Amino acid sequence: MSTRHTERRKRAALRWTVIGLTLVFFLIPLYGMLEFTTRDLINGGRTGKFWTTLVDVPQVTERYPALAEGFASSMALALITVVVMLLLLVPTMTWVRLRLPGLTRTVEFICLLPLTVPAIVLVVGLTPVYAWVTYLLGEGTVWLGLAYVILVLPYAYRSLDAGLRAIDVKTLSEAARSLGASWLRVMWQIVLPNLRTAVLSASFLSVALVLGEFTIANLFSRKNLQVAMFELGKSDGQLSVAVGLASLVFAFVVLFAMSFVGRKEKS
Amino acid sequence: MTATPSPAASRGTEVRLTDLTRVYPGNVRALDGFTLHIAPGEFVALLGPSGCGKTTALRLLAGLEDADGGTIEVGGRDVTNVPTSKRDMGMVFQAYSLFPHMTARQNVEFGLQLRKQDKATRHGRAADMLDLVGLSKQADRYAHQMSGGQQQRVALARALAIEPQVLLLDEPLSALDAKVRSQLRDEIRRIQLEVGTTTLFVTHDQEEALAVADRVGVMNAGRLEQLASPAQLYKNPATPFVADFVGLTNRLHCRVAGGVAQVLGGAVPLLAGSAGDGLAIVLVRPEGVTIAPVGSGGSGGSGGAAATVVSASFLGASGKIVARLESSEGVGDLVSVQVDNTDVTAYAPGQRVLLAPRGDAALAVSAT
Repeated sequence: MSTRHTERRKRAALRWTVIGLTLVFFLIPLYGMLEFTTRDLINGGRTGKFWTTLVDVPQVTERYPALAEGFASSMALALITVVVMLLLLVPTMTWVRLRLPGLTRTVEFICLLPLTVPAIVLVVGLTPVYAWVTYLLGEGTVWLGLAYVILVLPYAYRSLDAGLRAIDVKTLSEAARSLGASWLRVMWQIVLPNLRTAVLSASFLSVALVLGEFTIANLFSRKNLQVAMFELGKSDGQLSVAVGLASLVFAFVVLFAMSFVGRKEKS
Repeated sequence: MTATPSPAASRGTEVRLTDLTRVYPGNVRALDGFTLHIAPGEFVALLGPSGCGKTTALRLLAGLEDADGGTIEVGGRDVTNVPTSKRDMGMVFQAYSLFPHMTARQNVEFGLQLRKQDKATRHGRAADMLDLVGLSKQADRYAHQMSGGQQQRVALARALAIEPQVLLLDEPLSALDAKVRSQLRDEIRRIQLEVGTTTLFVTHDQEEALAVADRVGVMNAGRLEQLASPAQLYKNPATPFVADFVGLTNRLHCRVAGGVAQVLGGAVPLLAGSAGDGLAIVLVRPEGVTIAPVGSGGSGGSGGAAATVVSASFLGASGKIVARLESSEGVGDLVSVQVDNTDVTAYAPGQRVLLAPRGDAALAVSAT
């Protein structure tokens, strides 16, 4: 009995060591960022002026318009990407599962393809497409959302696929239809509510990805948060790092809030 | 019947499936000229081996699959090209099909909600239906909080709540264990008689089909072999397939002459459709054969056929003796005989016995 006890304690110790090391690994860079942004390079000692600047929204908007613009764009992009991704994937994947099971492999392949294509190659391929997008829809940064949908496809596909596997879509939709439900209603009232966790995690991953995206936006000369931060870094290193830290915290809060919303609805 | 606000449910609807054909990829003819007429309020079971097309027939009637030929009429209306959602069919599936994010009550109310019924009506109807299947107390439970049998009951309540023109049961008992299965089977019959909805029940379990249905249709290779009452089906099988598939049957070599088969040292009158004069195989039920120990002199004084007991099994309510006929050329036929459970102990393997036909009419097929 005592051996089992020590065994368990050993395992607990190992667990905490791993968690501790992981936390240190992730927290040290963050601490470094915080330390750097509170350093007073001119007078020595500590200063909170970068953080007070950042919190003062009207001032930031006035002095660093690119930053405010980038922030707004990234927010809009996250929203657009999630909405378009869900509208595209959920009905498609459900339909393939119900009516065209032979196409499963094809759809999976197409959805996972972006993983294998480096962002830079994607941009080269997308350039002619975006010439048309710009021509038809204008130059707005928000149209980057279309490219981002492609970028998040693999992650969203995996989450939604797991969700669809967990329920018997075929029987549920047949039951609903026999009771008089149209396809739209089957989708909205039967499939979607039972996919909530999957939809949520797909949205999670998409938001996280969009908030951190730099390459495509930069190469297309569009200004999202990351691009704005990069540009700011060239003129004001400390403020740029402060923005970086703030955006990390912000993304964390957004994801946390989303998971909270998901859980609350469930109970 | 008294006038109720639900004429469709109380009187039942007539169903006519005419010459239905359904071809699956690879030119598999799941249905091949399938014709079935169900009278208003009737309970018809479709019985057959897997792959015989019985489920396809039901899915075609439900509109879940399209027919490649033939017509479907419900209540005199041609619904061949009407989508599932407009056919007004209540359906219970083999797989558990309750919507997982809804309680039992919400499941039952779903169809009513689609029919734009107000909240009070919906509630009342759902309560009535759950009461009918004996689950009033479980109304607020989710599917994962109920047993399989309970889930199928709720599914039945949900299907009946919309007062469907036809109730379709697609092997609803297959996933349940034996006891719940026979319980729910009887309950389905009781409820069907109570609401009077025309019902099509698909199953591969003959006991189930014979126990609940007004008429049983035996299917084979996409066609209806015979449609008759359970007793008719059992006693007067129209084809060898039906005789073989429904109940247990002994296949015995015999000689047919003048509509009578000479077998086991006795005579068996033959049913219509039997083989003509000459050598044949007669299909005799285990309860159509009598057995007596050699030398007892009691039963079948006229003789009978000598055989050797191969096995004697106690089956609870009855017993079964298997004996091999003694034959001058080669190995004799094996014969199963049903006996009273108290008589099983009177026989032991190796013992010599005399078998004789009781004289119930049977079907004979030509020996090929």
